[in-house]
Amino acid sequence: MRFLFKTGYEQDVRLFQHGGQVFSYGLLAVVLVLAPWWAGDYFMSQLHFIAIYSIVGFGLMMLVGFTGQISLGHAAFLAVGAYTEALMQAAGVPFVISISCAALFSAVAGIIVGLPALRLKGIYLAIATLAFNVIVEEIITRWESLTGGNSGKHLKPVELFGIKLDTDTSFYYLCLGLTVLCALACANLLRSPTGRAFVAIRDSEISASCLGVDLAWYKTMSFAFSAALTGVGGALYAHKLAFISPEQFTLFVSIELVTIVILGGIGFLHGAVLGSAFVIVLPQLISIAKDWLPGGLVPTGLQAVVFGVILILFIIFEPLGLYGRWLKVRTWFELFPFYRRGMFRRQKSYMKSERLR
Amino acid sequence: MLSQILQLLVAGVSQGCVYALVALGFVLIYKATETVNFAQGDVMMLGAFFALTASVTMGWPYWATILFAVAVMAVVGMLTERLVLRPVLGHPSFTVVMITIGVGYVMRGVVTMMPGWGTDTYQIPTPYIDQVWKVGGVILPVQQLMVIVLTAGLCVVLYMFFRFTRIGIAMQATSQNQLAAYYMGIPVRRVNMLIWGISAGVAAFAGILLAPSTFVHSNMGFIGLKAFPAAVVGGFGSVPGSIVGGLIIGVVEALAGFYLAEGFKDVAAYVVVLIVLLVWPSGIFGETVRKKV
Repeated sequence: MRFLFKTGYEQDVRLFQHGGQVFSYGLLAVVLVLAPWWAGDYFMSQLHFIAIYSIVGFGLMMLVGFTGQISLGHAAFLAVGAYTEALMQAAGVPFVISISCAALFSAVAGIIVGLPALRLKGIYLAIATLAFNVIVEEIITRWESLTGGNSGKHLKPVELFGIKLDTDTSFYYLCLGLTVLCALACANLLRSPTGRAFVAIRDSEISASCLGVDLAWYKTMSFAFSAALTGVGGALYAHKLAFISPEQFTLFVSIELVTIVILGGIGFLHGAVLGSAFVIVLPQLISIAKDWLPGGLVPTGLQAVVFGVILILFIIFEPLGLYGRWLKVRTWFELFPFYRRGMFRRQKSYMKSERLR
Repeated sequence: MLSQILQLLVAGVSQGCVYALVALGFVLIYKATETVNFAQGDVMMLGAFFALTASVTMGWPYWATILFAVAVMAVVGMLTERLVLRPVLGHPSFTVVMITIGVGYVMRGVVTMMPGWGTDTYQIPTPYIDQVWKVGGVILPVQQLMVIVLTAGLCVVLYMFFRFTRIGIAMQATSQNQLAAYYMGIPVRRVNMLIWGISAGVAAFAGILLAPSTFVHSNMGFIGLKAFPAAVVGGFGSVPGSIVGGLIIGVVEALAGFYLAEGFKDVAAYVVVLIVLLVWPSGIFGETVRKKV
């Protein structure tokens, strides 16, 4: 078991808490950088998706997991990012600028959605973001002169500083690099006073505002930041698919993005990565498992059932998600004979009503 | 001109009745358990499929079909509450929302996997299909009128149930204050289970009413999403509000579909809900909420 002796205040906000973390993250980085050598073509493609979904997952995690605001409309931000990238690339804008604009425009969209969020809570916010998503999807479908409507938009491979990133490997490094950047941005933000303010708002809005946190400012900021990351993810997503159309940004995608956060573990940045890996790999596992099942089962239906059942089981038995499970396993080993069942038990709050009178 | 508006209104109201019933279903659940059931649309879809089986495969008459589907879905609703929702009682509300989304996934998946149901589109034969009722210059499809009549009938039945029966009054008490109801000797958990049953039954009824206009298919549940705007407009957590909200959404949609450009019909409900949330978040019949520290 490791004991952390803290001798200074900076230790609390250090990016890596101890040498072990430096080692394990370093190992992970080496494995990921060497991925083109050990992963096949197919697995590389999955890694692209995992990286892209992780970026979006970080964005959503900042909003849902750390600021406690619900969004069922993140596919709309994904769409804003993807279409910005597609249109700017078609106009010949360099990638660095176009992806920044994708982030910027998504952030602006996030601020627009965030404004009603200042007045709305919980389920009302979920419904407002849901409505926003449906409206954005409809606008994309109908504004044919700009977005191409249902016939969609094609994208060329990314060109970064004159180098064409058209192979799997080069695009992988781009995704990986941006994922690491986004992860660092989130981790750094969470170590800063802004991040603490987010967490304070999540835990209790009233106490946060009593401590001088400007709710309106920080909620809007959280929405903008979350949307910006989602926009970056959307731009990469557009390049990965090379073709975007309104069907890729429906409400279902929003729900899928939220499940990433829930399955991964709400309130942990690691959870975003684990959740997106899970969401990407699960359909493949199901299609492998399908070969062993008796015929006659429709694969799409089976996938929905398995997905739903997993979601339900996770929420009932492991509300902290995949990362929470990992934490428990690790704690079990660290404290070997002394682990108690109730260590991670959360207090249930009955009658925590929003309709107090 | 006037007759046209009248026809649009009837079409809108009959569509609104379906939204109202779905909204009613989840307002009941919301009031009782503080849970927002995102699977309500899928419950409706499943109910319509049970009705389809009863009506087409088994050849039952229309009224028996309705009773069968409502009864089966009531059982499904109660089982859902018992198996899935009760273990997460007291968890943060968003986790519970996610679990209902999971339930929706499972229902949709099960329907597409079932032999005889699948991903095809079906129709439930109704005794009054294609009949038209002419009053003056106005042409009113009997089917739309029947939807309105049946919805009104169901509302009266539900009103009587909540107003005059012992268990109905117990349900009202539970939804006002669970703890106090528990102290008064009301079996709160069993009441919640019953409310889920009633809500699922109402949703199945809505599904059957919706079937003639949209047909029965596995993605029918998305119409249930429009019940959220309905509930919000009426004031989330108010039973009469959900009915009024549903009617408003239905009429607005019908008018938008006729007078505005193509595409406005699909988003009309959501535009309305955004405006209501911005301007008047408590809705028409909403309670004013004051947060206690």
